[in-house]
Amino acid sequence: MNYKFFPHTDEDIRTMLDACGERTLDDLYKDVPEQLVLKRDYELPEAMSEVEIRHYFDELGSYNVPLACFVGAGCYDHYSPSVVSSIIQRSEFLTSYTPYQAEISQGTLQYIFEYQSMMAALTGMEVSNASMYDGCTATAEAMMMAVANAKKRNKVLVSATVNPAVRRVVDTYAKFHGVEIVTIAEEGGVTSRADFEQKIAAGDVAGVIVAAPNYYGILEDYTGWADLCHDNKALFIMNCVASALGVIKTPAEWGADVAVGDGQSFGIPMNFGGPYVGFLCTSKKLIRKMPGRIVGATIDADGKRTFVLTLQAREQHIRREKATSNICSNESLMALYVTIYMSLMGKQGLREVNELGYAGAHYLADKLVETGQFRMAYPDKPFLNEFVLETDLDIDQLQAWCLDDGMQAGLKLAGNRLLLCVTEMRSKVEIDALVESVNDFINSQK
Amino acid sequence: MSKIIEGLYYSESHEYVRVEGEFGYIGITDHAQHELGNVVYVDMPEVDDEVTAGEEFGAVESTKAASDLMSPVSGTVVEVNEALEDEPGLINKDAFENWIIKVQLSDTAELDDLMDAAAYKAMIGE
Amino acid sequence: MNNVYYGKLIFELTKEGRKGYSLPKNEIENYGIEALPAALTRGEAPALPEVDELTVVRHYTNMSNNNFGVDTGFYALGSCTMKYNPKINEEIAAHPFFSGLHPLQDVSTVQGALEVYYKLQQSLAELAGMKEFTLNPYAGAHGELTGLMIMRSYHMSRGDEKRTKVIVPDSAHGTNPASAAVCGLDVVVVKSRPDGTVDVDDLRPLLDDTIAGMMMTNPNTLGIFEHSIAEIAKLVHDCGGLMYYDGANLNPMLGKVRPGDIGFDIMHINLHKTFSTPHGGGGPGSGPVGVREGLEQFLPAPRVLRHEIDDDTYHYSVEACDESLGSISGFLGNFAVMMRAYTYILTLGRENVKIVGPLATLNANYVKERLKDVFELPIGGVCKHEFVFDGLKDKSTGVTTLDVAKRLLDYGFHAPTIYFPLLFHEALMIEPTENESKETLDAFIDVMHKIAQEAKDDPELVKTAPHCTPVRRLDDTQAALKPIVTYKELLEA
Repeated sequence: MNYKFFPHTDEDIRTMLDACGERTLDDLYKDVPEQLVLKRDYELPEAMSEVEIRHYFDELGSYNVPLACFVGAGCYDHYSPSVVSSIIQRSEFLTSYTPYQAEISQGTLQYIFEYQSMMAALTGMEVSNASMYDGCTATAEAMMMAVANAKKRNKVLVSATVNPAVRRVVDTYAKFHGVEIVTIAEEGGVTSRADFEQKIAAGDVAGVIVAAPNYYGILEDYTGWADLCHDNKALFIMNCVASALGVIKTPAEWGADVAVGDGQSFGIPMNFGGPYVGFLCTSKKLIRKMPGRIVGATIDADGKRTFVLTLQAREQHIRREKATSNICSNESLMALYVTIYMSLMGKQGLREVNELGYAGAHYLADKLVETGQFRMAYPDKPFLNEFVLETDLDIDQLQAWCLDDGMQAGLKLAGNRLLLCVTEMRSKVEIDALVESVNDFINSQK
Repeated sequence: MSKIIEGLYYSESHEYVRVEGEFGYIGITDHAQHELGNVVYVDMPEVDDEVTAGEEFGAVESTKAASDLMSPVSGTVVEVNEALEDEPGLINKDAFENWIIKVQLSDTAELDDLMDAAAYKAMIGE
Repeated sequence: MNNVYYGKLIFELTKEGRKGYSLPKNEIENYGIEALPAALTRGEAPALPEVDELTVVRHYTNMSNNNFGVDTGFYALGSCTMKYNPKINEEIAAHPFFSGLHPLQDVSTVQGALEVYYKLQQSLAELAGMKEFTLNPYAGAHGELTGLMIMRSYHMSRGDEKRTKVIVPDSAHGTNPASAAVCGLDVVVVKSRPDGTVDVDDLRPLLDDTIAGMMMTNPNTLGIFEHSIAEIAKLVHDCGGLMYYDGANLNPMLGKVRPGDIGFDIMHINLHKTFSTPHGGGGPGSGPVGVREGLEQFLPAPRVLRHEIDDDTYHYSVEACDESLGSISGFLGNFAVMMRAYTYILTLGRENVKIVGPLATLNANYVKERLKDVFELPIGGVCKHEFVFDGLKDKSTGVTTLDVAKRLLDYGFHAPTIYFPLLFHEALMIEPTENESKETLDAFIDVMHKIAQEAKDDPELVKTAPHCTPVRRLDDTQAALKPIVTYKELLEA
């Protein structure tokens, strides 16, 4: 054998086989019917040394092009403090199992308790679970939670201004879970109040899902929405961008029953789509309806303050076929990521991040409108750091032009519109460079 | 060995009914509380809710398990044991004293489908 | 581990005016965030800690010292495959030419990343005997759900709407029925025989035209190979159902058996088990789902497809396909986890990956044989990667499986999986992976014998364990009765 991950010497194998009363390693598979055994080598490459592995990925990496990114749409390029990546690599966190054995898992349990505390403070909600896979699945879980809570109703309203990636996942879960999803129309970049009022009034709705900021970066006014939901016995669910919650009105202030979203915007590397971390916060009243893990404080045999996985019995692994969620882990290490991020940034840091994104985005919007080739799609709507432009230019050609200058110029939306995003990672120099590249493109079209 | 009281009706899913006139007091048996361990939460229906024999009306949650409560009889909930909201552990102290819901029975013939103390005792093997 | 620094919460280290970050200066004037309408902004800033950088570093470093990980010591944890997480995986996963990619970047700028996705799914397909994998699911349970969605999509595409039941063995993981319920399927339980394998005679009468399929692990949760698998698969296929393979126990099959060759149509793999990616204290995981030929059109969107232009040139695209079951993730799944798993497969190579199963199986059988003198072994014979004891042989001491597990912590070993599967009252399930040396296993075996002796000589010592961990046994009843789940609640309590 003699391989770095296998400690067995030939003699070890002989001794161990003797102890088992077997002669060869193959004998350990004597219970497997002969015709089911694989009798050839896998068609895979031969083993690579670390030197070869590094070269291989360097070469593959050369087919990727890191860009100055002016796209958000659910994944945001934010500052990632060096402390965070260093600490989450500590193997005591990285290589540990789910904290069932609380006595030797206080590290994991304590940071989850801190995570829950911070997410509750951020959303204004009373409780948070220990985290979920991502913002999309967290929203789908909230949808199922609403249906379970309502017992006999199975209709959920989703605003058309919720990120389509989130809506696609909610639709998939709904299709298989037997939930009817009805879209609330969009009007001028925001959710139609009239359409919402009409659809909720039918009295058969279990939950309503809206977004803050919405897919177009707009901060919508949800005054009175929670009351209308509650009058009709529906849960009001808000999907939020975590970083934005540093400044925008909180789900609790809007009267939401459940706050969900993705924590990626707390400095988690974009990583081509994952891993990120979903959050789900709710009221104390609904804590037993909340999916996922939760950590609580208690004491040990010596009276010392300790932390433990709690309310486990309500989880799927015991209720089995009655389950309204099948999640049986969380996204623990990424929850640690955002916990350390929030510890470092604090309330002031979160505000500054939003100030920088706000300033950059509004500056970029004005500069692009100044070219005369773009119009704000929703000129009277307040936005944070994402916005939509309309144009008559060919967006594919424009994006290809900017790509050559090392920039991803937004995301193309239907109707020849462009969704752009600016975070604190984009310096004024980079924003000006994008504007210059766009101007060059415009001039090339003349 | 768990406690079994004569004169009550028992279900296979370990609920009991104590009948007083047109009302039935429904709870879980001593054997069931023993199997569950420390009860930490009881999910109860609301007054005026209808319950149906053989169907779920709530759940009991312990540190080890969550178990659905199946109604042994049909009827309308006239009272829930609110003491269990603050102190669910009462079920561990005395499961027969601390019933969960009081139901106005709609069909007393259903009681014939339930077990008596001797049959229940045999079922749990004691 | 760390007793001295245990305890403080980050909120208790906070002092107004401290900060732990530095951000670029705002070079853009005249765009103040105060311009946002007050009605749309939060009333007060969130109550987050205010701490300096070193305080944060020490706080979390000390916290980590209260944890146990694979790098700390041996996990005897059954069904969890706590194998070594190679360091090269971490290095490659953090490669800046991959980690900085936005998932919605132009597809021409992410061809290297798409190649990783494509080649990993192909490698898994070869290892598992499947046609194609999706790497989008975020965890094993998520993969299970995705797999069942594929199963339902298949039947629905044939207009076969009445197939709404899925068969699950009584020894199955609790996640199986939960996934089925979330997917809108009803669970039918099939019994086990005394040897722990599926009772084919109990299965036959369950099979009719309402069965969507059957979920199985193989080896099962007792570590026993389901030797009737070919017959079971034929029965289920003959009634029109599909066979789902829960890949939780794939590790011992590496090098020996491919699920696709023994009758399975759909399966998931836990990359954080078989393919060495770290558990991270409970995530991020990754639960790729594979299908046999004829089912790939139902895989979740988006899919990564390869287009050959000529012999040497090709490119990759990201597509939503018409018959797809829909999306189950925001983008293409936990990509950084895939980077680790692909690195692991390339590091092992074809000549080493085939030894994984046999060595894991050897380790499990060795521990089983050496401990069956003092622990009750309900099912004898060769096991695969894991096995189950039904507590100590000598039950007269009153020492339970929980007590044994807790006492192991005192000796620096992670506890086995306990009270699962539910077939035995005092279940104690052990899975040593292929990475553990004979010396490590011997040390574990010695400690287990010692604990068995302690149970006789001084049962109280075992019943009150652990004694040497950062904290002692916890009061979980109190935690569940009056849940305190945030710092704010802790202050109020």
